[in-house]
Amino acid sequence: MEQRLANSWRLTVNEKKFIETALLPALRIDGRRPFDYRNLTINFGKHDGSGEVQLGQTHVMAFVTAQLTQPYRDRPNEGSLSIFTEFSPMADPSFEPGRPGQAAVELGRVVDRGLRESRAVDTESLCVLSGKSVWAIRIDLHILDNGGNLVDAANVAALAALLTFRRPECSLGGEDGQEVVVHPPEEREPLPLIIHHLPIAVTFAFFGSESSVVIDPTHHEEAVTGGRMTTTLNANGDICAIQKAGGEGILQSVIMQCLRIATVKAGDITEKLKKAVDSYNTERALKKIKRHPSSTLMDVDGAHSNSREKQSPPAFKKATSEFPSHHTRKSNKLENVEGETNSSEQRNTTKNFIGGPSSWDPYSKGVDPDFLKASLALRGASTASKKQEVSKNEKMHGVAKLEETTKDVNEGFLPVEAAQAEQPTRGEKTLKDAVKPKNRRKKNQSSTGAS
Amino acid sequence: MEFVNPEGLRLDGRRPTELRQIRAELGAVAKADGSAVFEMGNTKVIAAVYGPREVRFEYSMANFSTGDRMRRPKGDRRSTEISLVLRQTMEACIMTHLMPRSQIDIFVQVLQADGGTRSACINAASLALADAGIPMRDLVTSCSAGYLNSTPLLDLNYVEDSAGGADVTVGIFPKLDKVTLLQMDAKLPLDIFENVMQLATEGCKAIATELREVSNLMKEINIVGEHKAIGISARGIKSYARWFRLQLCPDCCYTQFLSP
Repeated sequence: MEQRLANSWRLTVNEKKFIETALLPALRIDGRRPFDYRNLTINFGKHDGSGEVQLGQTHVMAFVTAQLTQPYRDRPNEGSLSIFTEFSPMADPSFEPGRPGQAAVELGRVVDRGLRESRAVDTESLCVLSGKSVWAIRIDLHILDNGGNLVDAANVAALAALLTFRRPECSLGGEDGQEVVVHPPEEREPLPLIIHHLPIAVTFAFFGSESSVVIDPTHHEEAVTGGRMTTTLNANGDICAIQKAGGEGILQSVIMQCLRIATVKAGDITEKLKKAVDSYNTERALKKIKRHPSSTLMDVDGAHSNSREKQSPPAFKKATSEFPSHHTRKSNKLENVEGETNSSEQRNTTKNFIGGPSSWDPYSKGVDPDFLKASLALRGASTASKKQEVSKNEKMHGVAKLEETTKDVNEGFLPVEAAQAEQPTRGEKTLKDAVKPKNRRKKNQSSTGAS
Repeated sequence: MEFVNPEGLRLDGRRPTELRQIRAELGAVAKADGSAVFEMGNTKVIAAVYGPREVRFEYSMANFSTGDRMRRPKGDRRSTEISLVLRQTMEACIMTHLMPRSQIDIFVQVLQADGGTRSACINAASLALADAGIPMRDLVTSCSAGYLNSTPLLDLNYVEDSAGGADVTVGIFPKLDKVTLLQMDAKLPLDIFENVMQLATEGCKAIATELREVSNLMKEINIVGEHKAIGISARGIKSYARWFRLQLCPDCCYTQFLSP
């Protein structure tokens, strides 16, 4: 009984009355409106698979680790996902060290239900050897500060950690192909988990008999609340889990209204989460670049870049030295692209390159539009050159888009400009793409010169 | 696997919106202040109430209750979570402010599990509390519903539950028509969820009428048995119970209830 411990904090009668009275005209004690979330910040740690979320005053960390184990007997083809919660005593005076209490178990199970039962994490892809060896993913949630609404924060932290987690690649080897060989990250790039959708938990608190509903209760509001409901849903509008563990009775219509509000909120949080993960992946990709010895750029993490370099095509370096200014523009765009390509680990090292003057700022705002226009004027709107590029471009969707733009080419400079800007934002770009424009420009110049 | 055949019958021959057979019995545990046995199809649960003392709820599955005889430690996560959930549900319905600084112990044992154990536990506990004469706002009744083969199904059994489709458990105050317990796992789109929840609520109301019949029967006997004991469980007048047994209807279940 957490409430009965001597060092637990109790809300005074005055505070309780104040909070309840303030809720009648839809005022909350921290100044929020009833359906406003607190400020959500998502950070990542040094290692893959660690996420830290701060939701107002609530602070939660999540760590994801994987281990090869035997699968369950009734599911020989599936890996497993298990969640462990730790309510650190520093988070709240009522948390005791040792075995997780009831609240900890409930939190773990709610997050677990949202992730596992809704099939958010693909467990079949975790199978290495059917019936013998599968990956067991373990998520550890540590509550560092209890500012209320632990479930939502823990859920986002778990998702952030899962999205950035990379498991080692393994292959079957040995005499009969039954032995599992795990490749260390230096040998082969670790793989991300396959996550089908992102279930986001949204918690509502109910007060009094007037059915005042608020979202994201703080610690004080939680002490006053008569009932709580956590709904886990994804941005597609599916409800993944609902947990209303007793507490005050509410009408069905109120439940349906809460679900609709939760759908909107889940969409917002999904956006934030995706953005944070993208920027993290971009940063990580930047760290893996092998610096050109002649470039005097800042080295984000020297050790990393040297150890992680896989294929450094010689053309890359040649490109760097030949036309730095052009590639300045390109690499800016590619940086932005990185976030969208977090599934293609192998290409990471070849895509980004930093060349040009040492004063080049990797976080510059992007393309200089005047420069773009000038370059376009030089190139002209030649269909042939575009098609050349298309044939060299390996990626499907990149090809599709370029083909589209070739049709628009005749309409004027603007679409071409858009295409030019669009082209670097496509997925995997090889260095050939980087090299091409320059050649094309020369050809155009020569062709225009000739004609 | 086909859970609803083309004629609209389920694996056990029920219609999609049909409850399993319900059987309820009061006074199964002689020593307890209140007790009840609740059967919903093949799921059988026994609940005993001691109190008022202080609210606590313990859920345990007997080792032999499920088909696969497994050693289930009592402190495992599922039991802990279910205990917490059920405790909070009962807390919402018991008028604890009338019994300050006191404890009510509710012990529930699952004797046979065939899906819907959570709901059966809540129903059994409600009955046991009524049997113990503890003041409540309303009975809490609970029922589960699911969605398989594009049909909402009421009161899932074990096979339907483990099919991987959605499982919605609803607990309501039938008279107030308010939802107190709501749990769902697996994925469901919003509009389908609304239908399933509606169906589960209807099921709860049907169970409520059944339970009321059982507890009304008891109330009748109270009135017959002891003029001053109206509204108090017969347990409260234990000393007179044996004397009154002879005057009560011999073939009603309460002969069993009154015996030691």
